[in-house]
Amino acid sequence: MFYRLSGVYHTDYVSDSRIYGVPADRNMAAFCLIIGLAAPFIIPSLYLNSYMLPWLIWTAAALGLNLVTGWAGQLHLGYAAVMAVGAYSAIHAVRFGVPWEIALIIGGLAAAVIGSLFAFAALRVKGLYLALTTLAMQFIMDWVLTHSAAISGGSHASLQAPTLALLGQQITSDTGYYYVAFGWCLLVTIFMLNLKRTGLGRALVAVREKDYAAAILGVNSFYYKILAFATSSFIAGVSGALLVATFFFLAAPEQFSVNVSIQVLAMVIVGGLSSIIGSYFGVALILLVPGLVNSAVASISQGLGVQIGVETLAHIPNAIYGALIVIILLIEPLGLGKLYGNVRDYLMVWPFDQIRK
Amino acid sequence: MELVFLAELAVNGAMTGLLYSLFAIGLVLIYKASSVPNLAQGALTMLGAYVVLAFADGLGMPLWVAIPLAAIVMFGLGFGIERVALRRLAGRPVIMILMMTLGLDIFLRGTTMAIWGATSASMELGVSYEPLFLGDLFISRIHLVGSIVTLVLFGAFMLFFRTRAGIKLKAIADDYTASWSVGISVERGVGLSWALASVVAVAAGVIWGEIQGVDQSLSLLLLKGLAVAVLGGLDSILGAVVAGIILGIIENVGANFLDPLVGGGSRDLIVAAVLILTVMIRPHGLFGRHDIERV
Repeated sequence: MFYRLSGVYHTDYVSDSRIYGVPADRNMAAFCLIIGLAAPFIIPSLYLNSYMLPWLIWTAAALGLNLVTGWAGQLHLGYAAVMAVGAYSAIHAVRFGVPWEIALIIGGLAAAVIGSLFAFAALRVKGLYLALTTLAMQFIMDWVLTHSAAISGGSHASLQAPTLALLGQQITSDTGYYYVAFGWCLLVTIFMLNLKRTGLGRALVAVREKDYAAAILGVNSFYYKILAFATSSFIAGVSGALLVATFFFLAAPEQFSVNVSIQVLAMVIVGGLSSIIGSYFGVALILLVPGLVNSAVASISQGLGVQIGVETLAHIPNAIYGALIVIILLIEPLGLGKLYGNVRDYLMVWPFDQIRK
Repeated sequence: MELVFLAELAVNGAMTGLLYSLFAIGLVLIYKASSVPNLAQGALTMLGAYVVLAFADGLGMPLWVAIPLAAIVMFGLGFGIERVALRRLAGRPVIMILMMTLGLDIFLRGTTMAIWGATSASMELGVSYEPLFLGDLFISRIHLVGSIVTLVLFGAFMLFFRTRAGIKLKAIADDYTASWSVGISVERGVGLSWALASVVAVAAGVIWGEIQGVDQSLSLLLLKGLAVAVLGGLDSILGAVVAGIILGIIENVGANFLDPLVGGGSRDLIVAAVLILTVMIRPHGLFGRHDIERV
């Protein structure tokens, strides 16, 4: 009734490979697009800049990690390190006098080169051992960042990002930052939506399911693993650079520490592996909910007159963030994307499934 | 470079390494029984130390009462964590299990900090800080005590694996399904391994809490513990002890040479490098079981 369908019944391959299997999905995507475009005029700029903008950029980053973890099935615990490479290369390029458009691509390419180093670990081991190796690489990268004054300015220094300018326009307004983030997130989303329709996407899925079996089918699993790492690292690099250019305005090693790697992985897994809409949900949940709950707790305790210590309040978001991961994994290990899919599938055939019973 | 100085570095490194082993034994116990890499072991260690302090300072008990009580509490907590969080994920891809332990790690750390605050507390174990001279070698007393605790625990586990419960755990570690079919309660065995790992975490928390103070930095032992566990082979307790000594010596001697070159802080670098090299060259570690993968 809601989807005006009684189920999805493909009769040819063309309809099966459409991005939107159901017209209602396409309509909803168009609706979200319009909301996204109109957001600066609807949403107060405080919320736009402190909630919407980080949400969109982190979603782009999470989609990049989803490419390598969800599609290609390679565990990656060093994603923040790759983002750092992109951010620092782009900023240094701009300070050197390169225009921002090219600097962003330089950042992405530099991240892709370094990110491919992670892939060499993936050629040798997989699963748990790959996760541990990438984790160790993240620690090495942290160390390099904090100890090389040439890159980051030293352990407690931060690097000022030059003013963002695209297509000859200086971007300084909140609306401008928002549209940059929105555009990048849209670009990555369109890329990911189309990925499953391409040979690349199918090869990645084959490698994920069983790399030996994929090799027997003629899919060069080494090549596709490296390609997956490089592509996702490119997305990571540009996202990292944009995050610094439009949100932090400063680059510091702590912004790309191991905790951030874990956070992005949590976004991807809570959202659902290889689910695009799930990544949007996962980022929203991990990024926004702990802060919201914390301010709710603070205001409730004030209302009730109960004193909660400053330190306690400072650590409640962390506890909630951990609890969210645990709870989502217990309820639905396939993440929020799967939960959404369940609701959608139920509504799709409602009320016809009621008649049959 | 005098030989005595080098020997002193090596001996102290070996003892620090044994303290890493103390931490790593917890990881190995859980991995052995259920193939779950417990990334929450750092948070458990931290929590163990805080629970001991809660009994000792909060309720005013002497430490020799507080530590066993904390061990009992953590034993139950370990069982509980396995029952509530991990059992439902059995058979899921390793990435979800990994994420679950990471989530537990974040949750336990956040909750501990929210309850007890982030200021560093001291353990007051009563080990003197007087230097101990063994011939010409200078040795830290607390590290010596910690190494002895590690070796005693190692011996205790060796004995434990000869008891009925221990043999069951060995059977579970060897083959999940086969032990199921001969009537071993696999769930209870895995739960027991979590409980024992939590008790080990109390021991590690007490010793490390005495050395560096009880605060959030206790959970940072995770990387070193992982490196030790992987180097020794993730499913070998003997491996954890031997690898701890090796890593400790490499780290202490290596850092002494590298620190002046790179401007300090090379310890983490060495540990990460050892971890990567181990995985690249010999993923199953020194004493671990080499699994063959079939398509």
